[in-house]
Amino acid sequence: MIVVNITKRLDTAEGSINAHFELTINDGEFLTLFGPSGAGKTTLMRLIAGLERPDSGKIVVDGEVWFDSAKKINLPPQKRSIGFVFQDYALFPTMSVRENLLFAAQTPEQRHNVDELIELIELTALSNRLPATLSGGQKQRVALARALVRRPKILLLDEPLSALDPSMRQKLQDELALVHKRLVVTTLLVSHDIAETVKLSDRLAGIESGKITRVCPPMEFFSPQTLSGKLQLIGEVLSIQYDHPVYLITLLTGNSIIKAVVSQKEASVLSVGAKAIISSKAFNPIVMPLT
Amino acid sequence: MESEFLATMALTFKLATVTTLILLLIGIPLAAFLVFSKMRFKSIIETVVSMPLVLPPSVLGFYLLLAFSPASAIGSFLIEHGIRLAFSFEGLVIGSVLFSLPFMVHPIQSALTQVPHSIFEASYTLGKSKLETMIRVTLPSIRHGLISGIVLAFAHTVGEFGVILMIGGNIPGETRVASIAIYDEVESLNYAMAHQYALTLFVVTFAILLLVYTLNKKSLGGIR
Repeated sequence: MIVVNITKRLDTAEGSINAHFELTINDGEFLTLFGPSGAGKTTLMRLIAGLERPDSGKIVVDGEVWFDSAKKINLPPQKRSIGFVFQDYALFPTMSVRENLLFAAQTPEQRHNVDELIELIELTALSNRLPATLSGGQKQRVALARALVRRPKILLLDEPLSALDPSMRQKLQDELALVHKRLVVTTLLVSHDIAETVKLSDRLAGIESGKITRVCPPMEFFSPQTLSGKLQLIGEVLSIQYDHPVYLITLLTGNSIIKAVVSQKEASVLSVGAKAIISSKAFNPIVMPLT
Repeated sequence: MESEFLATMALTFKLATVTTLILLLIGIPLAAFLVFSKMRFKSIIETVVSMPLVLPPSVLGFYLLLAFSPASAIGSFLIEHGIRLAFSFEGLVIGSVLFSLPFMVHPIQSALTQVPHSIFEASYTLGKSKLETMIRVTLPSIRHGLISGIVLAFAHTVGEFGVILMIGGNIPGETRVASIAIYDEVESLNYAMAHQYALTLFVVTFAILLLVYTLNKKSLGGIR
């Protein structure tokens, strides 16, 4: 179990804020940090990793103190059992895929993990290639595998999929879910993609201007309790068209486009680019395989 | 005559090799300081490092000569301790190191600037110390900068003239390097000998640069 209770002064675009993060992560849990940019998601990850120093507070992982301002304990990142996946992959350019993974291995057992991981994320054919010759998705898989070589107590993923195109993104989400299920590693993900969050995480922590506002299962987070629809989809409003006497809303959910008719009153609270929930009660679906 | 030619050439390349090795040792930490330090007076140090690029060599040579002379505080202190720098090989090394400093520091500095900070952090999060990160991650990542620095510093020292003439003079086997010898031979109208020095320098420096750039291109094939 990971218990975090720290403060840190943050300089954001809207001036500096005093961030206070209080969070408990259960063993084997997949928890996503969700919130607008500048809220402090990445900072929280870096504080847990030891790449930045909190101003005060405590970080305790499985009973081991990683940071305690009162006792003046601050383990350097080298001493913390972490796997960090950076947004820009941060692969070592002069090492092959395999060498990147071997670099992380410190014991014979971890060297053995290297082969297993290369196979698990289907990089066997690429294991002698240099990072510069790989695609974005392949690089990200190498970065993920490298972070897992030491079997860390916590895997920290800082928007690892944000630079990828949608189809590669989905593929890697599936892989991430598979890896998490297989290795049962406690995982903390920074994301601002709702679909990704719902798909991958057990719980979601909403972060706004340096505070954790809510921690709950992702569906609960995004669906207001008042709705009790049989079908609920979360999407992004692509357009709002006035079609006398009603409004036609076009929503993007995942890769699908949904059109819905709403009243002027309902349309007035929606705006293009905003997230919206579409729900339906009377619902008699026909489900067929797609060929 | 032939043995004098060989001695001069040997001295030239000995000076360039020693200077380059010392510069490599100084250049890496200095470049790292210029890239990573957040010190306020950093730009002053950056300026001093770059000065030899624009300063006439005779200016540097003149001040070094003054500093080395027994009349100065530094010079008399050194001579008291048995170190004579004016008109000696050691003096030439000091002059060359100062004069070729930007040629070593600048390529390393620009290579370090291009290395994304996250790969150092990635190494730390994988449990590697700062030293191990430097040896296994940083230095290999900037190797094209190191190679350029070594080649430029070496070639520049071989081609140096003004500083050496000021502080080294023309003592055969001690301070007489090829560039000085060429000047000397031309002065005494010995064009054949001057030609021998000049052509040797031309061919050797061309070969070194060609070899290094070819190797560099090959080894960088997959990167950037």
